Amino acid sequence: MAIENDILTIITAATPLLLAAQGQLVAERSGVLNLGVEGMMVMGAVAGFAVANLTGSLSLGIAAAILAGVMMSLIFGFLTLSLRANQVATGLALTLLGLGLSGLIGESFVGMPGERMPQLDIPYLTDIPVIGKIIFGQDVLVYLSLAMTIIIIWFLFRTRAGLILRAVGDNHHSAHALGYHVITVRYLAVMFGGAMSGLAGAYLSLAYTPSWTENMTSGRGWIALALVVFASWLPLRLLAGAYLFGAVTILGFVAQGYGIGIPAQLLASLPYLVTIAALVVISGNRNLMRANTPACLGQPFVPDR
Amino acid sequence: MIRLEKRQERSATMALLSPVIAVALMLVTGGIIFAMRGLDPIAALAVYFVEPLMSVWSLQELVVKAAPLVLIGAGLAISYTANVWNIGAEGQLTMGAVAGAALPLLFPDWQSPLALFLMLMCGIAGGMIWGGIPALLKNRFNANEILTSLMLVYVAQFILDYMVRGPWRDPQGLNFPKSMNFAGWYILPSLEASRLHLGAIFAIIVAVALGLLMAKTLKGYEIRVLGQAPRAGQFAGFSRKRIVTFCFLLTGGLAGLAGICEVAGPIGHLQPSISPGYGFTAIIVAFLARLNPLGTLVSGVVLAISYLGGEAAQISLGVSDKIARVFQGILLFYILACDTLILYRIRRVGAAHGH
Repeated sequence: MAIENDILTIITAATPLLLAAQGQLVAERSGVLNLGVEGMMVMGAVAGFAVANLTGSLSLGIAAAILAGVMMSLIFGFLTLSLRANQVATGLALTLLGLGLSGLIGESFVGMPGERMPQLDIPYLTDIPVIGKIIFGQDVLVYLSLAMTIIIIWFLFRTRAGLILRAVGDNHHSAHALGYHVITVRYLAVMFGGAMSGLAGAYLSLAYTPSWTENMTSGRGWIALALVVFASWLPLRLLAGAYLFGAVTILGFVAQGYGIGIPAQLLASLPYLVTIAALVVISGNRNLMRANTPACLGQPFVPDR
Repeated sequence: MIRLEKRQERSATMALLSPVIAVALMLVTGGIIFAMRGLDPIAALAVYFVEPLMSVWSLQELVVKAAPLVLIGAGLAISYTANVWNIGAEGQLTMGAVAGAALPLLFPDWQSPLALFLMLMCGIAGGMIWGGIPALLKNRFNANEILTSLMLVYVAQFILDYMVRGPWRDPQGLNFPKSMNFAGWYILPSLEASRLHLGAIFAIIVAVALGLLMAKTLKGYEIRVLGQAPRAGQFAGFSRKRIVTFCFLLTGGLAGLAGICEVAGPIGHLQPSISPGYGFTAIIVAFLARLNPLGTLVSGVVLAISYLGGEAAQISLGVSDKIARVFQGILLFYILACDTLILYRIRRVGAAHGH
């Protein structure tokens, strides 16, 4: 079925973006803008692939990817939170370091065959035509990314910890005055962002295209950052945005399948052009931006005394 | 425990020392990385950072690599001072190369000094147009310039790829994705029998001119005020939007110039990959110069060494030249960390409290 395959492609294209963007949504809600997603993601991809390849265990690979993402995020956290360095510049540094380091680490893994993450296979259910494979035939990270949407909504808007995290992001001085540990909250949020980016990287190298190639994230970390803006920091909108994005990016391939002659390079540019268009559309709406943008986003916290 | 204590004034000593400390820390880290790979750290560091300075050929190559880094880095230094985050210089470089290449590829028979001049102008214009897009989107729609400028890097690279595989592919190129070779006046004049080309002179002129702009002109003052205190700048009648446009056109144009100089200089034709990430490395150049355009003359050379050292390490040590990008990334972290020393003093907090 053509449609079934298209939808499956949309899901695999959307999942890494969704995972990474969810992590950043939480981090940005706490007031931290980490532009190093691309670097954390690519480190997750190489660590996941390398460990899965060496140990033969996919679970260990995923664990390594999460760890790599968290380690990278801790470097970012130390510089921006403890040393109060500029968040934009530090995020860029993280991306440059991640791309370089992953290339060096992964050099001996280029061209090695990888193992694809197993997909759910429930007797009878997965065999249902059209929807069976879509609903009951995905891998564990796809289900995790969907569950994460609910978890994040619950955490941010239904728990006390989530309220504190949002308070820290909206007004760190008030939160500090109320006795909350701004820096600790932000460290935790940044680490969550790192873990999710690492996971997104693992999805790329263990499920999307089970292999390692240099720079294999090809800008997805940046697209994830754009998605957070596009979703105006709301988890449900993020879910919709990621899938919409996945759909638009495969649109070109579908068109090509119907014999519409489009240069391959234009197709390949589509995700980036769509990202720009999405940013333009959403950022032009000032009311929407003002309502949800964390007020302290990107600002270092320096206690008054 | 260690605590940061705000200094009364920025430390002038630290402002000069912090880049030096950062480079020193990078060397120590580099030594550790080499030692972990089973190499003698001192000998390996010598191969990496000293050998490129030891022969005439490699000194020339150093200048060839430093030229685009300085051209782009000097512009970025100003842009970042104004808090305008153009991180898409790599794309602007690419579009400069594409736009500039139009002349030598479409009118190869027009041979005149004017053709050379016009080719360079086209390169600058290409970079300015590509840089102008994020500025326009920022000013008109408030779209985040960091993300849009970065996205446009990928688009630019696909355009270049399309051109060299499609319309501009050299029919005599044995099916390789490359354009016809530039010839005659479309080749940048270079020093007798070397790869040293005009780009190095442009880099020096640009760094000095932008240094003067920042130090001596009202524009420079405007850029600094809007970067440090945007509200105060607005009360003074400075326009944020105008500065965004200015910075993007400036950095875009310079990146475009660097791009056309690369393809009309060391490379000599268009091909799918024309830069080893100069546009991104120039970000580090700008920060290592502590956002001082004049300083990029030094920091550009430092980063050029990291490229050359990578090649030397691959040949002499058997270490992948990818290590260059690791060193560059680590260096930027140390620079940012050391900048903290300028504004803050590190205090040990423990037994003794207070001042």
